Amino acid sequence: MTTPDPTIRVASTDVPDERGYFGPFGGRFVPETLVPALDELEAAYRAAMADPTFQAELAHLQHSYTGRPTPVSYAKRLSEHLGGAQIYLKREDLAHTGAHKINNALGQALLAKRMGKQRVIAETGAGQHGVASATAAALLGLDCHVYMGSVDMARQRPNVFRMKLLGAEVIPVESGSKTLKDAINESIRDWVTNVRDTFYLLGSALGPHPYPMMVRDFQSVIGIEARQQILDQAGRLPDLCIACVGGGSNAIGLFHAFRADEGVALLGVEAGGRGIDSGEHAARFADPTISRPGVLQGTRSYVMQNEDGQILNTHSISAGLDYASVGPEHAYLRQTERAGYTIATDDDALAAFRLLSELEGIIPALETAHAVAEVIKQAPKLPKEAMILVNLSGRGDKDLDTVIEALGFD
Amino acid sequence: MNHSKARGLRAIAAMFDLARQAGRPAFLPFFPMGYPSPEASLDAIRTLAAAGADGFEIGVPFSDPLADGPTIQAATQIALEKGMTVPKVLASIKTLRAEGLTQPILLFSYVNPLLAYGIDELIAAANAAGVDGLIIPDLPPEEADLFAGACDEHGMALVFFLAPTSSDERVRLVVNQARGFIYVLSLTGVTGARRDLPPDLSDFLGRVRVQAGSTPLVLGFGISQPEHVRSIAPHVDGFIVGSALVKAAAAGTDSLHELALRLRHATYEES
Repeated sequence: MTTPDPTIRVASTDVPDERGYFGPFGGRFVPETLVPALDELEAAYRAAMADPTFQAELAHLQHSYTGRPTPVSYAKRLSEHLGGAQIYLKREDLAHTGAHKINNALGQALLAKRMGKQRVIAETGAGQHGVASATAAALLGLDCHVYMGSVDMARQRPNVFRMKLLGAEVIPVESGSKTLKDAINESIRDWVTNVRDTFYLLGSALGPHPYPMMVRDFQSVIGIEARQQILDQAGRLPDLCIACVGGGSNAIGLFHAFRADEGVALLGVEAGGRGIDSGEHAARFADPTISRPGVLQGTRSYVMQNEDGQILNTHSISAGLDYASVGPEHAYLRQTERAGYTIATDDDALAAFRLLSELEGIIPALETAHAVAEVIKQAPKLPKEAMILVNLSGRGDKDLDTVIEALGFD
Repeated sequence: MNHSKARGLRAIAAMFDLARQAGRPAFLPFFPMGYPSPEASLDAIRTLAAAGADGFEIGVPFSDPLADGPTIQAATQIALEKGMTVPKVLASIKTLRAEGLTQPILLFSYVNPLLAYGIDELIAAANAAGVDGLIIPDLPPEEADLFAGACDEHGMALVFFLAPTSSDERVRLVVNQARGFIYVLSLTGVTGARRDLPPDLSDFLGRVRVQAGSTPLVLGFGISQPEHVRSIAPHVDGFIVGSALVKAAAAGTDSLHELALRLRHATYEES
């Protein structure tokens, strides 16, 4: 295993512009109190990324602490079972804390430390970002406070205990739908109150500029590694990259390195919940009757809303995809047709969860199972020479309670 | 700007002129339309008018009010449950105007409900209903292009904020973009009644005033008691009270009227 070369941490790109826009999406729709803090954050981020010392420290931690590079595994039995394309898994489930979220959390926590902010706050849906933030805070000696909807706390109990063990304070959020969206609202309210000494460690590629750019950049290590690994293993680039999309950080992290590779199709998978027709889902792109461009939590993107602009409650079996909006860069990739987006229902995800466990010995997170579900649909339609690279964004131990209940195991 | 239609900005300027002549700041109560019910919120606004409100900030409910504290979050949630929408807010304002309410009215709304209505259509409809300006807490001046053109066309105020964290450079930016007045936040945080205002508030207001010149400054967030009003009166052209009035309204019309009167009368008193 070689130490990753710090000079390729960030792939260059034409978006966002200096105001944080990805085409018509993105921007900075926040109370005035936060604008100076976002300016300060952006300046500190740009300075850090240009500083070889910061880059070396991040690369060192990624290697010696997170366990990067994570491997790319050839899924031989799954490929044979589906009888079509060859399937490769980028194993973010093997990163420390069990998901890709640590990539961003470590980057932002290092930045908080560099900015002299001792107190960090984070929101969490599935709990993976909360665990990653609590972990990074423990490692770097920061005080960590995590906002989590009470509904999510009930369905992701192991992660609540993990965060507490790591020394973080977990603050239940009882407003609204008591899920990820409400945890973000509460985090923003905390930040606007304690803005002078607090760093908001936002967990996905959404929110006001510079977060979508910064989170993408910290997650882009996924695609940068995977692109080289698949070249080394298979001798060429994949035909199709697949990742699940909640806010969209693991997907943008995989897609970013392949943006300029015209022969590589990019496909994001949203949560289809109980099906589009049921209205109970989190498919921001798939259901134009209740989702269109709007402004939620600091950014302009697709938002699930009623005709009066009130944000709708969403549903997904996976807490991490259960969110009413989507990162603005995904809206841009879709508009420019560089990436496609589809859905997997709760049932699709549960079937994929079982199949990957049984055929590959890998229990995926329920979020990740949505990406695997799309692999199950796509692979049989493709020739044996075709290659699919899927981001195995997290492990599924946290979801066992949910799956046991849904599948009726005893 | 079409001056024949520029009623909003003119009405707001006249309100500040009148208060200045009387040597006091203007009292601008906030009230969420639809709380605790559509009819009761109209009554609350009538009560505030009777108590001497100089103008009104009318809350449009939004499901995700990230700049609001618990009191207004709860009130706007109830307003939504009672079916309040942007069109119904505008219809309610039309009713108040038809009854003879003449004070300036500004809508306080997050961006998304206005976007969903359609910005140009919203501003035209609001103007027709008797709205004089917009206050949008998640719209910093950098994003204001969306609204500024249509507001100017109808002579409507578009109010931006300044916070204790705003640099002198940002104060300059907001002063240059100000249409109507500047909403100065007394503290870093969300809406909600506070027992004390920050001790360094007059320094901050002084820093803003140096650049703002005669542009009216209206202070909001945290103000809940007559002694707050007395302490800030020499430094501002107006002040906004929200959460304290919402709490008072929950206790009944008499409580609301009494608190509004005490806040209004405090504007006359020396600090």
